[in-house]
Order: sequence, then structure tokens, then C-alpha cells
Amino acid sequence: MIKRFLALALLAGIGVIFVALMMSYVPDANLNLTARYYAENTASETGSANIVTAILVTYRGLDTLGEVTVLFLASSIIGLVLSLGNKQNKTLRKLVPVGELLTTGKSYLAPIIMLLGVYVFVNGHLTPGGGFQGGAIIASGMLLLLLSDPLKHFSHALISVVESMSGFVYVSLGVLGIVLTGSFLDNRILPLGDFGDLISAGAIPLIYSLIGLKVGAEFSSMLANLSEMEDLQ
Amino acid sequence: MSTLLTVMTVVLCIATLVAAIVSIQVKGDKSMPIAILAAGLVSLLASVLFLILAAPDVAMTEAAIGGGLTTFLFFFVLARMRNGEREYEEGKHD
Amino acid sequence: MTYIAMATGFLLILIGFYGVLTNRNLLRMIVAFTIANSGINVVIIAIGYMHGRTAPILDATVSAADALTRIIDPVPQVLVLTAIVIGVGVTALMLVFAYKLYERKGTLDIAKFTELKW
Repeated sequence: MIKRFLALALLAGIGVIFVALMMSYVPDANLNLTARYYAENTASETGSANIVTAILVTYRGLDTLGEVTVLFLASSIIGLVLSLGNKQNKTLRKLVPVGELLTTGKSYLAPIIMLLGVYVFVNGHLTPGGGFQGGAIIASGMLLLLLSDPLKHFSHALISVVESMSGFVYVSLGVLGIVLTGSFLDNRILPLGDFGDLISAGAIPLIYSLIGLKVGAEFSSMLANLSEMEDLQ
Repeated sequence: MSTLLTVMTVVLCIATLVAAIVSIQVKGDKSMPIAILAAGLVSLLASVLFLILAAPDVAMTEAAIGGGLTTFLFFFVLARMRNGEREYEEGKHD
Repeated sequence: MTYIAMATGFLLILIGFYGVLTNRNLLRMIVAFTIANSGINVVIIAIGYMHGRTAPILDATVSAADALTRIIDPVPQVLVLTAIVIGVGVTALMLVFAYKLYERKGTLDIAKFTELKW
């Protein structure tokens, strides 16, 4: 009882700070200086119609590289921690029989889901979308395949090869940007093209496709590792 | 038209808060799957709120990752630990 | 609209923290962390919203010439995109550690993990 009262008192204190922050906040009427630069110069400098994509891939590309590194760390730590420990108590998991709807539906739905994922990250510079969303959709397709066949083993070697190769090509594209234009992850190594076409905005579709493949492979390896855990009593 | 949008926003926010309170406070047997599904519902309603606040990229990401992958991660791990979902009462070990 | 969304976000953070502080089951604490994560993202997006303007995408409705007066701030959306993906990575790590603790100890009650107390 006393612990609950203390927790409520702490939350009331934090709530007072939040209310003070909210009362002193006045929404802007015009864009601030950074947003004004992005609004005026994105279309002419990078050729991409989606400003959020242009910021993520070219203007703040180094932060995206850091985030992809954090995801890679999380996925490899999960694979490492789950393979440690004693393996002698391998109890046979009692399998629930998978219904007919799932086994037939997966052969129709899984290719369409993968196609939607590829469409979302290839068109990242024209419509809302991009690498992270496309990678998550691809991982959902792999999850459907995992759920409909619980005994199937995915080859971890294929997933890790896809992930490593896309990461390596992504960093080497960045270094190519230094060699050809003088700044890391510049998208002007390929020609900019017409505004609004599919093949435009330089290297942004290429970089975002690599990010999408890498993120999708990382989520899939996380899910494959988690589905091979043993039952604990 | 703008008042309709404001009313919709208020209804959405109230639904989000009710789902969050349900997720924290549900007790009893079989309460763990209910808590996990309520957290997934909070992510889904937050994704619609992002769309009303004019952020379509963020809405797509939150719907795919928060509403899909996180809920499945919870259910994968929960299925392997069937014995751990009991409620631990307050006054027993304090 | 900004204030409604910001108040919702702050309340979600408070509800999530309350769930972390009062529950004793480890899985319930991780669920409460997920709710607090969503709340923080809502607050950051609510800061970038401006009344009467639309999303920062240049297409048929917003051309490149009048983008200055018609779009909202794109920088908070970039930050939240990164934060959501990292949040799901941290949640997966927390779940794997909870599984390992259950394997070692046989219980999920955090009052039983007393090795670090003196």
C-alpha cells in the first residue's frame, strides 16, 4: 500500500513538470530556419519528392547508419544469448495442428506481401514509405511463412548473407560518395533525372532499397531465432 | 469540417487512454494475452493519431512495427513460458 | 489539436510508468514500457504540427514552389522514425533476457531476484 502511494506521488511530481511544459509551449506560426532550408532546397538539390526520405538518406545519412548498426547489434545479441546455456532438456513441444486456411492461404498471400514490401521501399522517394516500412512488411511476410509451418527451419546462412552484403554495399556507396563528390552518402553520384520519375533522385532509391533489405533481414532473423526457442516448464 | 476533425481526435485520444488503462489494470486468469492485445491496440490507435497530425511516414512505420511485430514478439515468448503468467499479489513478500 | 495530442502523449507516458512501478510480473513491466514508448513518440510528433498545413511531401497538391507556406516541419518525423525502430529492437532484447531469467530461476517475480542486494 505504501509502495503504491509512493509511486503515485512520484508520478504526480512528473505530471506537474509535464503540465508546466505544456502551458509554456506556443506553436509556431511559420517554419523555423532549418525547416525553411529543407522546404526550399530539397527539390532542387536532391530531386526527391518526399522530404522526409531526403533528410533520412542524404542530409542526415550518418544517423541512419548509426541506427542500422544498433539494429544489427540487437539482432546478433539475440542470436548469441539464445544459443548459450545447457541443451539437455529438449522437451518435445506439443504442436497445435495448423488449420487448412493458413496452409492454403500462405501460398497466395506471402508472395503478394513480399511484392508490397518491395514496392514500398522502391518508391520511397515519391510517396510515403521507404526502407524501414518496406523491411517491416517483408518481415511480416516471413512471419506468415513461419506461423504456417512450425517445423520448418529457415536457413540462417541465407539471411545473414543478405544482411551482410547489403550493409557492405551501403557503406561502400557512402565511400564512393566521398571519392566522387567529396561528401559521405551523397546522392549525386548518379544523375538526378526528372522530378517525379521512378528512376530519379540519384542514388536515393538504391540506398533505401539496401536499407530496406537489411532491416527486413534483421527482423526476420530475430523472429526465426525466437521461434526456435525451447519450451520451458 | 474542422470541428468534425477535432471531435474525431478527442474520441480517438479517449479510446487510446482507455486501452492503455485496460492493459495495465486487467487482472485474473488469462489476463496476460488481454494485456498484450491492449498494448497492440494502443499502437494502432496512435498510428491513426499520427495520420491526423499530418505524418504519413510515421503512421505507416508505427502500424507495421508497433502493431504487428511487437505483439508477435510478445506472443512468441509468452508461448514458451506458460507457467510464468501468474499474478504475484502485493502483500505476500513485502 | 496540438494540445489535445500532447496531453494524450503525456498521459500515456504517465500510465506506462505507473505500470512499470506497480506490477511485479516481468512481462507486464515490458508491456508497460511499450505503452510509454508510444506516448513519447506521440509527444514529439505533436510538437511538429502546425495548424492548417499538410504533410511534407511534394506531389500534385503541394508543388515545389509554394512548399514554404504549406508544409509542416519534417525534422521531428525523421527523429520519431528512428526512435520507433530502435524501440522495437530494445523490446526484443528485453524479452530475450526475461526468457533467460525464467530459464535460470523458474519464476518471473522480480522480488525473487535478490542477488545484487547486499
